[in-house]
Amino acid sequence: MTQETISTDVVIIGAGPCGLFAVFELGLLDMKCHLIDILDRSGGQCAELYPEKPIYDIPGLPVVSGQELTDRLMEQAAPFKPEFHYNEMVEELEKLPDGRWRVKTDGGLVFEAKVVVIAAGGGSFQPKKPPIPGIEAYEGKSVFYAVKRMETFRGKNILISGGGDSALDWTINLQPVAASMQLIHRRDGFRAAPDSVNKMHKLVKDGKMQFHLGQITALHGDNGQLSGVTVKGNDGKDYQLECDTLLPFFGLTMKLGPIANWGLNLHENLIPVDTEKFQTNVEGIFAIGDINTYPGKLKLILSGFHEAALMAQAAFRYANPDAKVTFQYTTSSTSLQKKLGVA
Amino acid sequence: MRIVLVDQKGLEHELEAAEGWRVMEIIRDYGFPIVAECGGACACGTCQVEVDPEWTAKLHPPREDELDMLDQNYGGDWSRLSCQLIMTPALDGLRLRIADVALREAA
Repeated sequence: MTQETISTDVVIIGAGPCGLFAVFELGLLDMKCHLIDILDRSGGQCAELYPEKPIYDIPGLPVVSGQELTDRLMEQAAPFKPEFHYNEMVEELEKLPDGRWRVKTDGGLVFEAKVVVIAAGGGSFQPKKPPIPGIEAYEGKSVFYAVKRMETFRGKNILISGGGDSALDWTINLQPVAASMQLIHRRDGFRAAPDSVNKMHKLVKDGKMQFHLGQITALHGDNGQLSGVTVKGNDGKDYQLECDTLLPFFGLTMKLGPIANWGLNLHENLIPVDTEKFQTNVEGIFAIGDINTYPGKLKLILSGFHEAALMAQAAFRYANPDAKVTFQYTTSSTSLQKKLGVA
Repeated sequence: MRIVLVDQKGLEHELEAAEGWRVMEIIRDYGFPIVAECGGACACGTCQVEVDPEWTAKLHPPREDELDMLDQNYGGDWSRLSCQLIMTPALDGLRLRIADVALREAA
């Protein structure tokens, strides 16, 4: 199946606050942006890690939550009609003979862009793997970090590990199709919706599943097929549980991921840039926000905004070497106000 | 005031600590490879440390949101988030190591 190639001025990798504000700054310079993010929505860390936590250091907003900031940045970027591609991870970056970049995602999307902006924060969000020795051998065969199709788990003897919404929701949803269901968590408190916790306790009371306290310390099985686990109980004693499928749900973490393979200089998993253009060691690839590094770098959202503004100027000049750029203010420029839809 | 950080090789490092600082900030400012992704908001769990058992009783008990983060990051019996430990004179000499799950990948 051949995928249609999306041609655009700019591909922004990461739809967090810096990526969103880059849409605004690039938009003022008439550069059209497509954003790619591994999450299912915009906001990056603000939306995933601390949507409800207050942020106090955004100029002009004495207090704003991560979600509110995201919503406002989306509103600010909207006049420039950015296009979002969620649940996609950029895997390949390749220079074309005409100087543009071909960007490919794990979901098979293909873009061709004059400029690439990496605004990927701490990297891509991926499921956290519990540090159990040898777990890799079971992954994808009898250990899964996500449920894509419930049918996969019909008739299985499932053990779910974790205490958040994912762990509780899948315990409740998979229990009817599973041959047996067990949940293990390190304490008797949960981060999940109280209703889900009550439902789980009801299933236990009705004898439809089991709940255990403790932490898995070892896996047992052959050729990637799990047969049971060793658990260290909260009394310090080990015990065994039988199961053929393990679903650990420990939230998400950030990994640099494929960015490491794009031929960019890296310093401790960060991308060094200059502070005039915020360009990487590769011309036409820029990096802004938490993912870049330079002398004096501060990982602040406001620094990322500044970086986006300077990057946009440099990206425009790179993409349009012959064009004359006149620096303008949104307060006074009718042409900028037209772009914003307010004039 | 100081904290004693035992590194992954078992070597001890004495870190100068100031009252009111978060232990995470002290470890980070000395350049040890602690992830501390969210910067101290008790939102990511990647500043997890294992506190010497002799010291755990001297620490204030974890709040619910810290427990949640320890759940997600495979916290053990002596695990705490270093961003939730605020230095006071009573903690002078606090002994801990960075949990393996909180170590930055080698570059």
